[in-house]
Amino acid sequence: MTHNVTVVRALVRRALNEILRVPGAAIPGVLAPTIFMLGLSSVFGKASSLPGFTAEDFRTFIVPVGLLQGAGFTGAATGVNLARDIEQGWFDRLLLCPAPRATLLTGVVASAALRALLPAIFLLIVAFSLGVSVPSLLGLLIATVLVMGLACAMACFSVTLALRFRTQQAAPLMQIASFTGVLFTTSYAPKPLLQDWLRTVADVNPVTHVLEGVRQGFVGGVTWGHTWPALLATAGLIAVMGAFAARGLRRYGV
Amino acid sequence: MTDPGFSVRVVLALARRALRNALRRPQFLAPLVLFPTLFLAVNVGGLNRTTTLPGFPVVDGFLDFQLAGAMTQSLLLGGVAAGIATALEIEGGYFDRLVASPIPRVAIVLGRLVATGATAVVQVTYFLLLGLLFGASVKGGVPGVLVVYLIGIVAGVGFGAIGQAIALRAQNASTVQGIFPIALVVLFASSAFFPQDLLSSPVDVVARYNPLSYIVDGMRAPIIDGVGSTSVLEGLGAATLVVLAAGGLAVLALRGRLRDA
Repeated sequence: MTHNVTVVRALVRRALNEILRVPGAAIPGVLAPTIFMLGLSSVFGKASSLPGFTAEDFRTFIVPVGLLQGAGFTGAATGVNLARDIEQGWFDRLLLCPAPRATLLTGVVASAALRALLPAIFLLIVAFSLGVSVPSLLGLLIATVLVMGLACAMACFSVTLALRFRTQQAAPLMQIASFTGVLFTTSYAPKPLLQDWLRTVADVNPVTHVLEGVRQGFVGGVTWGHTWPALLATAGLIAVMGAFAARGLRRYGV
Repeated sequence: MTDPGFSVRVVLALARRALRNALRRPQFLAPLVLFPTLFLAVNVGGLNRTTTLPGFPVVDGFLDFQLAGAMTQSLLLGGVAAGIATALEIEGGYFDRLVASPIPRVAIVLGRLVATGATAVVQVTYFLLLGLLFGASVKGGVPGVLVVYLIGIVAGVGFGAIGQAIALRAQNASTVQGIFPIALVVLFASSAFFPQDLLSSPVDVVARYNPLSYIVDGMRAPIIDGVGSTSVLEGLGAATLVVLAAGGLAVLALRGRLRDA
């Protein structure tokens, strides 16, 4: 058990070191959600004047989307980094170490959860400095848990793709999944304002619950009715994506 | 002095190779149109009612307005993909073998750009067909369609040149991959997704000076209005400027890379 924890910690430390070693690759992922939030609110800001919009301003409404985009980007980056390690042979050497493959997967995914905090913190600092109201401590805590959880789920998904294609050229596929998951929800507008088809998709998309769970701290207030579906959806996503990643890892190199 | 005919043959051979490599793995080509399609869908599905906002131009639907933005987004992604492919060739050592072969060095850049231009034709065709399928129309008729193709291809080549310039400087696929969000930002800071007059400050000011705004508006005008608009000429001019500036940067980056080698 101690050995497994040591391996997980080493993998997490290595992933965090990459931020300093290749800042050119890490910085855009940190900045992107903030720029995404600023961009969306600047471009579509006038949408909040539509009848039926629940938030006073579009920026507050879109901040939670940026937080989840950051988690998605981080998850995708985890897969890209793994693909690079596979291309360069480092991952094959890692598999030779006497640690269970599940432990290796845990290390890779745990690093995504921690790295997801970077874009989230940066985004919140910018958002609060621009006048977005600060949620309650409970709201922030729930948002943090959900952001880290979604990063884990997206990392599992990206790892599955990395193990399947074994090239960094699969990166757009990883990013598309995170974009689709987060945007095909109530990301742009409350449900009643969505077109019928998008409302249906948002209803069945589990990330909608995650988004509403994060958003409750910013728009309205924290309620158990919004919190438990968000936590359940996040746990479900991690379980399903994690199962795919674990299967991919079991089959890798066999 | 290199025989021009030989140079052209080399450029075409390298372009063919780039296209073959891309087609060999369509799962990596698909995101160029898939991602903008999804974005187009969510924009139209989520913000369809914004066409009723005061100041929004008269359009048949939000899809008509968004189509040019989706095309430009796709072309930008094509530029990033061209950059990633170049960076991977550098990382894998193929680029060094090309440099060692008796071919004009500039053909290495031009070959990839020709391939990017060919890909742009496919991208523009895809979005035009998609738009028509879901009820959009090109007000400018056949001449309008040709104008959309012209600006789209020139812009696609320009974005490919930007990707190549970055790849030749960075020599690292991860770093080139990192420009994807930045490309998205540049797109947001333009009139790609919403009318310039309805953008909030300071994006409305940035959009006024962003070449992408002119490129998108140049492609949008034939769709929602007609080919008589000055936007068409401005769009073509902006796309040409991008090609010249980025192409020059790519050639300079190539020279730098050769010096380092």
